[in-house]
Amino acid sequence: MRPMFQYLNGALPAAIEESAAAAPGGLGRRVFLKMSLASGFALYAAGGSAQDATQGGSGPGAPEPLKPFQQPSAFVAIDADGIVTVTIGKIDFGQGVQTALPMLVAEEMDADWSKVRCELAPAGEAYKDPFFHIQMVGGSTSMKGSWQQYREIGARMRAMLVGAASKQLNVPGAQLRTESGSVIAPDGRRLGYGVLAQAAFAEPVPSGVVLKTPAQFKLIGKPVSRLDARAKSSGRQDFGIDLKLPGLRTVVMVHPPVFGGRVARFDPAPALAVPGVEEVIQVPLSGGAVGLAIVANGFWPARKARELVKVDWDLAGVERVDSAAQLEQYRALARTPGIVVEKADTSALDAARPGLGRISAEYTFPYLAHTPMEPLNCSIDFRGDRCTVWVGSQFQTVDQAQVAGVLGLKPEQVTLNTMTAGGGFGRRATPTSDYLVEAAQVAKARHAAGKSGPIKMIWSREDDVRGGYYRPSHLHRVEIAHDRQGNVVAWKHVIVGQSITMGTPFEGFTVKNGADTTMTEGVAESAYPFPIALEVHHPKVNVPVLWWRSVGHTHTAFVMETLVDELARAGRQDPVAYRRKLLAKHERHIAALDLAVERSGYGKTKLAKGRAWGVAVHESFNTVVAYVAEVSMKDGRPVLHRVTAGVHCNLAINPRTIEAQVQGALVMGLGMTLPGAAITLKNGEVEQGNWNDYRVPIHLDAPQVAVFIVPSADPPTGMGECGVPPTAPAIANAVAALTGKRLRSLPFPA
Amino acid sequence: MISFRLNGQPQQVDVPGDTPVLWVLRDTLGMTGTKFGCGIAVCGACTVHIDGQQRRACVTPIESVAGQQITTIEAVGGDRIGQAVQEAWVKHDVVQCGYCQSGQIMAAVALLSANPKPSDADIDAAMSANLCRCGTYVRIHAAVKDAALALA
Repeated sequence: MRPMFQYLNGALPAAIEESAAAAPGGLGRRVFLKMSLASGFALYAAGGSAQDATQGGSGPGAPEPLKPFQQPSAFVAIDADGIVTVTIGKIDFGQGVQTALPMLVAEEMDADWSKVRCELAPAGEAYKDPFFHIQMVGGSTSMKGSWQQYREIGARMRAMLVGAASKQLNVPGAQLRTESGSVIAPDGRRLGYGVLAQAAFAEPVPSGVVLKTPAQFKLIGKPVSRLDARAKSSGRQDFGIDLKLPGLRTVVMVHPPVFGGRVARFDPAPALAVPGVEEVIQVPLSGGAVGLAIVANGFWPARKARELVKVDWDLAGVERVDSAAQLEQYRALARTPGIVVEKADTSALDAARPGLGRISAEYTFPYLAHTPMEPLNCSIDFRGDRCTVWVGSQFQTVDQAQVAGVLGLKPEQVTLNTMTAGGGFGRRATPTSDYLVEAAQVAKARHAAGKSGPIKMIWSREDDVRGGYYRPSHLHRVEIAHDRQGNVVAWKHVIVGQSITMGTPFEGFTVKNGADTTMTEGVAESAYPFPIALEVHHPKVNVPVLWWRSVGHTHTAFVMETLVDELARAGRQDPVAYRRKLLAKHERHIAALDLAVERSGYGKTKLAKGRAWGVAVHESFNTVVAYVAEVSMKDGRPVLHRVTAGVHCNLAINPRTIEAQVQGALVMGLGMTLPGAAITLKNGEVEQGNWNDYRVPIHLDAPQVAVFIVPSADPPTGMGECGVPPTAPAIANAVAALTGKRLRSLPFPA
Repeated sequence: MISFRLNGQPQQVDVPGDTPVLWVLRDTLGMTGTKFGCGIAVCGACTVHIDGQQRRACVTPIESVAGQQITTIEAVGGDRIGQAVQEAWVKHDVVQCGYCQSGQIMAAVALLSANPKPSDADIDAAMSANLCRCGTYVRIHAAVKDAALALA
């Protein structure tokens, strides 16, 4: 078995797991998955097809027939005018793959970029990720996982165009060249791709193709404008929620006030009295809950009716979580023996030793909701023996199988159309397909009652904020012994938090010896050579949890980077110099850090009075991001003025998108620090309901941001999430420099 | 029947008077460029102009705008300021997911209509009522400044 992603330092596969992936709803297909040590969610599957995917120039006459994901016909269409439409297997919800993936195809095709368009593929075999064996976006893997595949698609398409031109021009293919959407003969005759398209698709599909070297790239590496910029700046971009169909009915749900609650009895009469309301249906929900669905001829009547429907809830046997009590429970757990993840000698912590300093720290992190701007929604047209779904999904083939399971269909009887989504940040990748299952249950109940026609289920913002699938709450307890120079002698680290993946099809390859690597990532594989003894606790709690942009790194980077800063200051060392010394063997960390430091003026420029620098550097999803932040205090609260970013993501496919991803991720990371950025529960009920009481960053919060990318020609790594983790620690480190006070919880105190 | 003008054209709808402008646009008239984000006027995704003033369509009953002029994202590019803002949005590649951007553009047009030369603080103040979860604020800020320059 050939290791994938060989360019990842130290990321050789730790294990090969065979996962039966036996999820409810029929994810029965066996998938072969490998786990990367580099990141808990940087997963990939292996097997014959994945091996093929890594072998670009395998030469002509390769015996293996091409797999669906290698066929140009599934990904490229060329019309008579030469418009090239690239169909991508990934959803674009802002991260920019709708531009970057077509760039890969167009580069190898030598297409005219001004004639390139993009479409999102429905759920389909050809669009499954060659590594994951499901159609998905996650773990910042879209570009690194598609880098070879999409360029090969483009190169095959080019070869077919050249083959067709060779016949029409009666010139050997080897003498033809391609440029900007045309095949050109030595005598100057040209044939546009539009003219050649039909004949090209009749040509044999070559298996082995030679790809360009980075030095030959004309498009890759250039700052390219988003293909969707104009549509999204004019109201013309349709999202899932904008779907229009004849006879479409709107569904608004009534969810139980406590996770797992069930409808005991209800009176639909007041709701049915609202003009436009047609039905009130009782439906089973995820996790054994039972709720109601209100069907109407539009959102407003359904929403009004929801306020009027009278429900008695059965909460017997349902755990009613209380955030304050949970904190005490986690605090107590952290002082008991946990699951051992990494062993190290901690004897220096056992008794006071002369000459050793001590850091004893507790960090806490709340539940966080993703709250993408577009409320979750899903449209379904169920016709008994087949079904069509329209949804902005990160997990197309998972969702397809789950919907099929609810409706008693085979996955291939469910057509799932991928809709452009208004943000996601992980929320549209639920292993349980929670909101799709709800919509499918409504469709099933209506069908059983003899009702036909498509439905569009729209969650209100309150449904979203109170709907669970949060970034888990966590508590870290850390004891460190260090010498006078800040050298670590012993480090005991305990993390308490719910597992995201236990009980899901992902458990087999993210949970190791009872510990969820999506919680420990960032501590367990820290680049710092500290002797960390790491233990974890995974309490079971009646709150559904999920990955939230950058997953475990949302909390581990804060703990690690603030502690490193504290150690540097304890040793009276400059925080940058201290990090450089410890990270000496990690060239990419050093390069990103040095770039940010140099461009920020750190250590050279004199800051305005009352301002201080804060530094953080963190690797996530195989990319290193370093921030140098400029912070002041106002009314006891930090104000972030300016951030200089150094980014090492290997080859930068579209620097413009990378800049935008860092800017946006930084704002999201800043959001974690703002008082009010917390989901809390009392007596089982979520206390927040909308953006008036769940704080997210606003325009005024955003600092100036300058992004610098380390030049590299190595195969690209992730970019969607990596800008989040170093934000909060960079701010906290500046606050410590200004006030001497160490902030150990997110959000920061009000 | 409730009568008003929509993007310059007379329009009549037969809906309960308490129906928010947002749902009249989206569900009754099929104009989905104006977005639903929060339903309580805190996110700004539904921002429209009513008689030239920016309003939150999700909490504005249709009966309250009878006889008035509603302008939406679909038509805002028809005037000089709207066009300049949209061009600046494209030039700066402001959008990511794009869902909030109809509202952001409507807010930016309202700002530049009232204040052709906004300072950084003016932009911060005017644009802070429109949320963007992708965090495109840095680019929004640059695009608003650029649009102001282009209009000067």
